[in-house]
Amino acid sequence: MSRMIEIVRRDLRLALRQGSDSVMVVTFFVLTVVLFPFGIGPEANILERTSAGVLWVTALLASMLSLDRLFQADYEDGSLELLALTPTALEVLVLGKVAAHWLTTGLPLMVAAPVLAVLLHMNADGFGTLLLTMLLGTPTLSLIGAMGAALVLGARRGGVLLSLLVLPLYVPVLIFGVGAIDAAVQGLPSQAHLLILGGMLLASLALTPWAAAAALRQALE
Amino acid sequence: MTDDIPTATFSAENLACVRGERVVFAQMDFRLSSGEAVLLLGPNGSGKSSLLRLLAGLLKPASGHLLWDGTPVLDDREAHAARIHYVGHHDAIKPVLSVLENLRFWARLHDPKSGDATAQAALETMGLWRLAEVPGKLLSAGQKRRLNLARLLAAPAPVWLLDEPTVALDRASVKVLEGVMAEHRAAGGMVVLSTHADVDLPGAREMHLDDYTPAPMDVSEVWI
Repeated sequence: MSRMIEIVRRDLRLALRQGSDSVMVVTFFVLTVVLFPFGIGPEANILERTSAGVLWVTALLASMLSLDRLFQADYEDGSLELLALTPTALEVLVLGKVAAHWLTTGLPLMVAAPVLAVLLHMNADGFGTLLLTMLLGTPTLSLIGAMGAALVLGARRGGVLLSLLVLPLYVPVLIFGVGAIDAAVQGLPSQAHLLILGGMLLASLALTPWAAAAALRQALE
Repeated sequence: MTDDIPTATFSAENLACVRGERVVFAQMDFRLSSGEAVLLLGPNGSGKSSLLRLLAGLLKPASGHLLWDGTPVLDDREAHAARIHYVGHHDAIKPVLSVLENLRFWARLHDPKSGDATAQAALETMGLWRLAEVPGKLLSAGQKRRLNLARLLAAPAPVWLLDEPTVALDRASVKVLEGVMAEHRAAGGMVVLSTHADVDLPGAREMHLDDYTPAPMDVSEVWI
C-alpha cells in the first residue's frame, strides 16, 4: 500500500513538473465542446438535447489523449523493469499509476464538465447527475485505458492502435453515462444507470490491473 | 549498510534461455553462496544480459529452475524481488526529479522503511551528495550510472545483479564500485556481474557464457 502511494506521489510530481498532460486534456475537452455550437447551430433546444452526449463523447476522447504515455516513458527509461522487480505485486503498482492518471486527467475533466454544461444549455436538473456519472465513469476509462496502454507498449504507432483497442470498450460507459443524465433531465430516476456505472467501475477495478500487469510483463520479456 | 545478511545459496539447475527462435544458452548450472561473486564473460550476444534478466525474474527460463536455498524462486516472485537489486542498461532516472528524489523513490519502493539517512549515505559514497538537488536531466552519463548504482546502497538486498555496471564510469568511480562490492560480499552479499572491462572482483568465479552456447551461431542474427 505504501508503495502504491509512493508511485502516485511520484507520478503526480512528474505531471506537475513536466507541464503535464492535464492542461492539454482539459484544453482539448473545452475546445472540442465549444466547436459543437458552431457545428450544429446555437439553438438552445438542440444543444440542450445533445449536451449529455456531446460532453461524454468529448470527455471520452480527451481522457484517451494521454493514455499512450501512461507506461511509455517508464518503459523507455528502464523504470518499468525496476517496477516489475519491486517486492510487491505489479498489479498494485499499476493501480497506483492509474490513480495518478485519473487525478491528472479524469478529475480535471470532472471539474470542467459542469461549466461546459452551462454553455450547452443543459437543464440544471442534470448537473448533479453529470458530476456523479463523471465521478463513476472517468476512473473506469482510466482503468480500461491502462489495459490498452500496457498492451500496445513497444508497438510502433501505439497511439492509433490504442484507440482502436480501447474505444469499443468505452461504449458501455458512454451509454449509461448519457442515459443517467438524460433520465435526470427528464425527471426520471437515474439510479439504475448510476448503479450500473458503479458496477462497471468495480468490475474494471478488479479485472483490469491483472490484465495490464500481465501485458506489462509480456512487454518486458 | 549491508549489515549481517543471513547465509543462503542461490543456484540454478539445467538452465536454458531461448530468445526469439534461438537458444542462447543451455544446460547451465551454477551455484552462488553468501559472500561469493560470479563474473560473467563472453562475446556480445552470448547471453550475459539474458542470464542476468533471468536471475532477476524478468525472463522465464525455457527449462530448468532457479532455487533459493532449495525452494523455487518463481513460486514467490515478491520474496525474490526483495532479495535482489538489478542494474540494467537503462538508468531509470526521471529528468525532472532531483538526484535525491530519484534515489528516494526507488529506495522506498524497494524497502518502504528506508530513510533519508541511508539515501544520503549512498549518495555520499557514490560522490553525488553535492548534486542532490540537481535535476536528473543535467547529469552526465557517468553520474546517471552512479545514481543508479546508489540504489544498491540505499536499500539493502543480498543479491546484486549488475549488467555492465562500469559503462560510462571513470576510473575513480570504478574503484568506488569495487570497494562497495567488496564490502557487500564481506557482509555476506552475493554479486553477479557482467563486464567487458577490467573489474577487480577478488576471488570471483569466472563464467564464460560461450561455453554454454549450443551450436555455432551467426553473429549477424544475434539480437538481445
